[in-house]
Amino acid sequence: MTESLNASWPLWEVFVRSSRGLSHVHAGSLHAPDATMALRNARDLYTRRNEGTSVWVMPSDSISSSDPDSKGGFFESPQGKDFRHATYYTKSEGVKHL
Amino acid sequence: MSFTAGDSATKISAGNAITPEDIIAAGAKAPEDVATYAMYLGDDALMLAQRLGHWISRAPEMEEDVALANIAQDQLGHARFLLSYAGSAWDQTEDDLAYFRTEEQFRSCRLVEQENGDFGQTIARQLIFSLYQYELFTRLMDSADETLASVAAKAVKEVTYHVDHAAQWTLRLGDGTDESHRRMQEGLYYMWPYVDELFNDDDLLRDLSERGIAVLPSTLRESFDARIEPILEQATLTVPDVPGAWGGDRSGNFSEHRGHILAEMQVLARQFPQGVTW
Repeated sequence: MTESLNASWPLWEVFVRSSRGLSHVHAGSLHAPDATMALRNARDLYTRRNEGTSVWVMPSDSISSSDPDSKGGFFESPQGKDFRHATYYTKSEGVKHL
Repeated sequence: MSFTAGDSATKISAGNAITPEDIIAAGAKAPEDVATYAMYLGDDALMLAQRLGHWISRAPEMEEDVALANIAQDQLGHARFLLSYAGSAWDQTEDDLAYFRTEEQFRSCRLVEQENGDFGQTIARQLIFSLYQYELFTRLMDSADETLASVAAKAVKEVTYHVDHAAQWTLRLGDGTDESHRRMQEGLYYMWPYVDELFNDDDLLRDLSERGIAVLPSTLRESFDARIEPILEQATLTVPDVPGAWGGDRSGNFSEHRGHILAEMQVLARQFPQGVTW
């Protein structure tokens, strides 16, 4: 196997839906020459133990992701804003399992 | 309506497909002629599984390693069903048949025994055999023998994927680079002499098919040709113009590779017939 061959197979991200009614969940990634083969590789790698009823693949480089270095500005600002949580309601009597 | 673990939205289970153990537990006992037919089919699957297993850690990419191993596992599964059922005729287990028969007692076709060669050669064998097996199992689902029919019904889903896998690769290799085209065409050339014998009838097959149990191989040829020719054409490949290899009666008399495959497959079981752990 040559390096150029490796380089020519792009990376794909795989999303598997385990059952009707659930969402597709990111399962992992794989190499494949094109989308058609990526779907088949995904079937072989990520649904071989009966995990799935539907599979999506997409080129890894088409995903835009948040910057790990800007975690503070992105994700820490909701901290302390407990008015955004529904914690100030009083439970009605007789409502179980809330 | 009842729910089983297989219906759970979150729990992953192995599903509820039939297993070889189910067949034995159901007390199925094959008549000897049906058992011999099951051996034809089971030996094909076993030999192909053994050949494909050799690709593990050697495929062009890790993903393809897993793909070929999955297909090998499917074939090994078919072999387990068919040899378990065949063995029931003579009070033998699947392992008795797989590990303790001699070269002359196997009934595999030569196509599945052919060497892996390069990836193109393996894909050529996969394309030919998967298409043949797909046509066969599709028809065998209607067999008058209930066990064969249920095995075929399970297997045909798996073989549908094997056909797709082989066809996708045939298109990419055939209509890919000059080098991949050359190798794919050479792979077909290497395998093609063993195509005819897949469709050979014999007395046993004629008798069983008249009783609705077996599928007469010669009746599969037309649909096989109709399926493989457009795939090869689209892949810019040609059907090799080569004569069929001499022999082809599943006897092993004309098989170059069968003994070598068995030597590797059987050595451990024969050396330690009581079993071994390590």
